[in-house]
Amino acid sequence: MTWTSLNAWVAAPEIFLFCATCVILLLDLFVSDAKRGITHALALIALVVTGVLLVYGYSPAQQFGFSHMFIADPLATLAKVGMVIGVALVLIYGRSYAIDRGIFKGELYSLALFSLLGMMVMASAINMLTLYIGLELLSLSLYALVALRRDSVESTEAAMKYFVLGALASGMLLYGMSMVYGATGSLNVFEISQKLLIDHEGNKLLAVFGLVFIVTGIGFKLGAVPFHMWVPDVYQGAPTPITQLIGSAPKLAAFAFTIRLLAQALEGFTPEWRQMLVVLAVLSLAIGNLTAIAQTNIKRMFAYSTISHMGFLLLGILVGSAVGYAAAFFYAVTYMLTAAAGFGVVMLLARQGFEADRLDDYKGLARNHPWFAGMLLMVMFSMAGVPVFVGFFAKLAVLKAVINLGMVWLAVFAVAMSLVGAFYYLRVVKLMYFDEPESSGALSGSLFSRVVLSLNCLALLFIGLYPNGLLSLLTDAVVFSLPL
Amino acid sequence: MLTLNHYLVLAAILFAISVFGIFMNRKNLIVLLMAIELMLLAVNMNFIAFSQFLGDTAGQIFVFFILTVAAAESAIGLAILVVLFRNLRSINVKDLDHLKG
Repeated sequence: MTWTSLNAWVAAPEIFLFCATCVILLLDLFVSDAKRGITHALALIALVVTGVLLVYGYSPAQQFGFSHMFIADPLATLAKVGMVIGVALVLIYGRSYAIDRGIFKGELYSLALFSLLGMMVMASAINMLTLYIGLELLSLSLYALVALRRDSVESTEAAMKYFVLGALASGMLLYGMSMVYGATGSLNVFEISQKLLIDHEGNKLLAVFGLVFIVTGIGFKLGAVPFHMWVPDVYQGAPTPITQLIGSAPKLAAFAFTIRLLAQALEGFTPEWRQMLVVLAVLSLAIGNLTAIAQTNIKRMFAYSTISHMGFLLLGILVGSAVGYAAAFFYAVTYMLTAAAGFGVVMLLARQGFEADRLDDYKGLARNHPWFAGMLLMVMFSMAGVPVFVGFFAKLAVLKAVINLGMVWLAVFAVAMSLVGAFYYLRVVKLMYFDEPESSGALSGSLFSRVVLSLNCLALLFIGLYPNGLLSLLTDAVVFSLPL
Repeated sequence: MLTLNHYLVLAAILFAISVFGIFMNRKNLIVLLMAIELMLLAVNMNFIAFSQFLGDTAGQIFVFFILTVAAAESAIGLAILVVLFRNLRSINVKDLDHLKG
């Protein structure tokens, strides 16, 4: 093994991000609380450079590194660009919220960047070992981030629940991985799929047994019903920037992770895992949308809405073809942008001693702040799947793929559940536009974060008007990365 | 003579005990952390058994990584437990009921 055969440069963005995070972690020790803005600026610069390295290193080919532990293919690279944007949005929107709540500390930045590193490793891992390490790097950072408000009962309780169920999920996933390892004798994703093609009855049973545990673990991590119980509590209890972090970029990482495990390693078992994902998707769509109606807390409502959106993501994946994966990828990217914008508006309205997390806090928003009420309107319309906004095209692409597979009943069910979902999204719009304001709340947040938030919301409209560019980019990436 | 199946059954029993420990336990959060550790050890048992019987060392390397991550995981778990105890003055699972919708 020599340095050149390691091919470490394919992981250049990750290596840079790791070094930059360590430097920020150290520099932050010498920065006083008043000058914490330096850490903030450095973190954003690190994210921009990582993004530039990713875009610069993009090539439509599979590049392997670290003795086939790591791959840089278009799917991974585009997912990573999305994650970098997602984390940058968290840092930009969350700044004034963090200052008001006393969590504007170095930990916030170093842990957020380490969680991004974990996500990037997850997207690029093609060995079960690296998949696991990436997942744990993400999860461990997030557990600590949820507990960042150390004096809040809600925050620490949410962290404990997240920790226990996250660890349970990792255990399930690992148990499944050990079974797949036992059946194939390999940890490499490509070797596993090749070995499973050569049919040995005994080993096949072992691998299917492992598959059940792997799907359970993925269900926990995505937050799909019946493994969703942590999602509402964590969304509600975590500080809003962390809720945004959990609700946006990791969904892309979970998508890539699912593709690596189910579509690449266990490709031979597509009919088996399709059945399991159908159950998860149907339950997520039904329970997510129906329970969201009963919520009075907007963060909890977003949590149940996330569960239903994960149902849609699973619909795309269970199709099991390039079209389906591309639709799911498009769904994950656009959902990441939509969720980031939604939480961005929540944080814009929150100020010291006021969380803006009750639905009643949004009454009459259009009278006080017409521009940002319009922005939240776009987020809600996009999540509900109203045409012209991007959520509509994301849902349409997934449904088309499902109908192509011949599962019309599933598509009809998904549409019916989206109609149920439209009720609670439009209720927020009704509160904003047709109710009397309870208080004349001032907005927090710097001009920069307001401009970025507005651009983010307008992007939902813009991608909705011109979805083909992004959709064909993602489709090409999937086709290059998954030779089906 | 011990065969692969003996090890797998032992690992499955350990795994089942840990899952029951997580879901049945209503008293003590520390028992939850112990159950999580036990679950990872059950996985380790599986990996070592397969590694030995397949004659492939990758499984044993994986075990080292799991042990390392498990140490980090329990450190974070105990840290969260300490801050939770400071706020709640209790480590009873039943008292984790502030978040409801």
